[in-house]
Amino acid sequence: MPKKSLVDRRAFLKSAAVGATALAAEPLRAVGQPSEPLPQAAAPQMSQQVEAAQQAHVELMTTERPAADFMVDVLKSLGFEYLCANCGATFRALHESIINYGGNHSPEFVSCMHEEAAVAMAHGYSKIEGKPLLVMVHGTVGLQHAAMAIYNAYCDRVPVFIVTGNRADAETRRIGTVEWYHSVQDGGLLVRDFIKWDDSPGSCGHFAESAVRAYKIAMTPPFGPVLLVADSELQETPIDGLHFEIPKLTLPAPPQGDSGAISEAAQLLVMAENPVIVTDRLARTAQGMMRLIELAEALQAPVIDLRGRMNFPTRHALNQTDRRRSVIAGADVILGLEVADFFGVLNSMADRLERKSRSVIQPGTKLIQITVGDLFLKSNYQDFQRFQEVDVDIAADAEASLPSLIEAVKRLSNADRQRVFQERGARLAQAQQRSLERSRSDAAFGWDASPITTARLAYELWEQIKGEDWSLVSDDHYISSWPRRLWTFDKYYQYIGGSGAAGIGYGAPAALGAALANRKHGRLSVNIQSDGDLMFSPGILWTAAHHKIPMLSVMHNNRAYHQEVMHIQQMANRHNRGITRVGIGTKIDNPNIDFATLAKSMGVYGEGPISNPRELAPALRRAIAVVKGGEPALLDVVSEPR
Amino acid sequence: MNHPVPTSFLTTLCLMVAASALALPALSARVSAQAPKEDAPSPGNAQSGKKIFMANGCYECHQSQAQGALTGPRLGPDPMPFTEFVKSIRQPRGDMPIYTSKVMSDADLADVYAFLKALPPPSKISWEKQ
Repeated sequence: MPKKSLVDRRAFLKSAAVGATALAAEPLRAVGQPSEPLPQAAAPQMSQQVEAAQQAHVELMTTERPAADFMVDVLKSLGFEYLCANCGATFRALHESIINYGGNHSPEFVSCMHEEAAVAMAHGYSKIEGKPLLVMVHGTVGLQHAAMAIYNAYCDRVPVFIVTGNRADAETRRIGTVEWYHSVQDGGLLVRDFIKWDDSPGSCGHFAESAVRAYKIAMTPPFGPVLLVADSELQETPIDGLHFEIPKLTLPAPPQGDSGAISEAAQLLVMAENPVIVTDRLARTAQGMMRLIELAEALQAPVIDLRGRMNFPTRHALNQTDRRRSVIAGADVILGLEVADFFGVLNSMADRLERKSRSVIQPGTKLIQITVGDLFLKSNYQDFQRFQEVDVDIAADAEASLPSLIEAVKRLSNADRQRVFQERGARLAQAQQRSLERSRSDAAFGWDASPITTARLAYELWEQIKGEDWSLVSDDHYISSWPRRLWTFDKYYQYIGGSGAAGIGYGAPAALGAALANRKHGRLSVNIQSDGDLMFSPGILWTAAHHKIPMLSVMHNNRAYHQEVMHIQQMANRHNRGITRVGIGTKIDNPNIDFATLAKSMGVYGEGPISNPRELAPALRRAIAVVKGGEPALLDVVSEPR
Repeated sequence: MNHPVPTSFLTTLCLMVAASALALPALSARVSAQAPKEDAPSPGNAQSGKKIFMANGCYECHQSQAQGALTGPRLGPDPMPFTEFVKSIRQPRGDMPIYTSKVMSDADLADVYAFLKALPPPSKISWEKQ
């Protein structure tokens, strides 16, 4: 089987390379015509004719300028700090170019032990840093591993820039089975249902254009993951003497709400007696949080924060998240800001003795929503949630639309309305204080119990970190949101929200990705880590140790997949069979996992299991000292289910 | 779609009284009366109640000290009136799964109730000032 000739290669590059300007500047080094003669000693019996024919098929692969180098130039131009990847032969040339030609700097290669972890790290990083991190995944098998994490990012509207390798030209695949197993006709097909855009560039110029386009698409609200297929043969193709342009990246201004619709929304909000703001994935940046504070204070309106992002300070007097049910029930106008499931906010659904939904708002309540949700949709995966009818529907980025809404609200707020607002604000401040006192009172029950209550865990942790510049790099939902209820969150980077699609295995790597982003800022990254989640990608501990990413992981070790325990319990009870066997397939015990030893085995400081609540504070102090020294640490805390 | 409770709560209790529930006279009488004006202390066994509370997975949502969580409310140490407690288990609302008498007997419920009443009070914690 003859290999491609030089002519083929030149045609491959020339025909597709947009902007190639230097074809004539320097003769392309003769691939197949080495600069020095080939050794002549071999096969002396060969006839001159056979030898000549064979030499014509010899392709000298040596080059000091593979196309992968140019791809690195492109990736560097996009400003990636890190590349998270598990190595794979379909991007071997890119890997080598990054660490040698690129100097392993911007991006720096972060070794991950699973592609799912690599993507989830990028997800967590983006939640802190507000921009994509580069991920590379092996063709086919690597992308298959990565798929769930990509879906999480897609549902969570988070930008991730993924490059996968693929050797499309069958003639160039290495003989043997593996490279065929790792090649496909359509490299993006597997994940196309849950990414924003993908392309399979056929040349260097095409790669440059598509990379810049992909970055731009990923960073245009609604954000989302994008995928480039870097053809393996293209990566390895010599491009000596060739020059390719890299297009300039200009991020588009996000879409803002129509001025008429914004005015209508402002009118409704100002004239309402009980307006409520519900927010979920609003704050793309710290600016988003500040704008929401300004809007809420201008109206003295309660905010219900669903915490898809760090949207609103937890101790702000207008934060009424703990009073969600009563506040929403009493509303006459509700403004939803990037709420993923507005129907779920306005309705309740029982799934026990009966399955039915009912509205939880009063008849006639006016509904306004501002969301990019309708600007980008796909059909197959059902992340768009139940349809909710509304009165004012603004298809725009809420963070970008808030300034004009705030301005309109202020313009319409006369002295009479402002008096009403102030009275309302005073009532809400009192209610917020009562909520806090109730949370503190609730936290005190079972205080000295073992397993350790999640409230005690949250309290002891808070006592140790409240004087630090901290960042909670995990969701707090699985420990009954005690951090939200007891801690003071008032900075954007102090919370990263949830996974997006509740795909387990997200938590540990996303936390580490966020911690990676926090490292250069010197923040103390704190991860409250579920046991079941960590076991999906325990190798992330090694990544943390190897790359010296400081992060405190406190295990919420309830020794079960508890959400599922409750589901099986529900089924068993519904079927009138009792629950004595629901631990089968849901509990993580017998044997109990020794997470401290697991951590130590990978070079991470580990302590535990800790079952006595009195031992928690001293252990936290020791572990935090390790983290402040620049290393990861893990405490295994045997804790209550929720 | 409504799913009826598999066995009528009252019927179950009455049958149990008729058969052998002399050990729970207060419980049986109270539930049979349907609308008691007040609850008498249940005669259950707290130690046994703790085991039942754990074995039947009550702790999964309400936690092992019944202190509550976002998955289920606090149940002790000052539990709701006994008849309400029984009703919340036999004819639950919201996310509470049903426990019929086939799964948890009336005697079991009485023991669990005794466990809830015997739980320690909350601790005094020093919170920062706001």
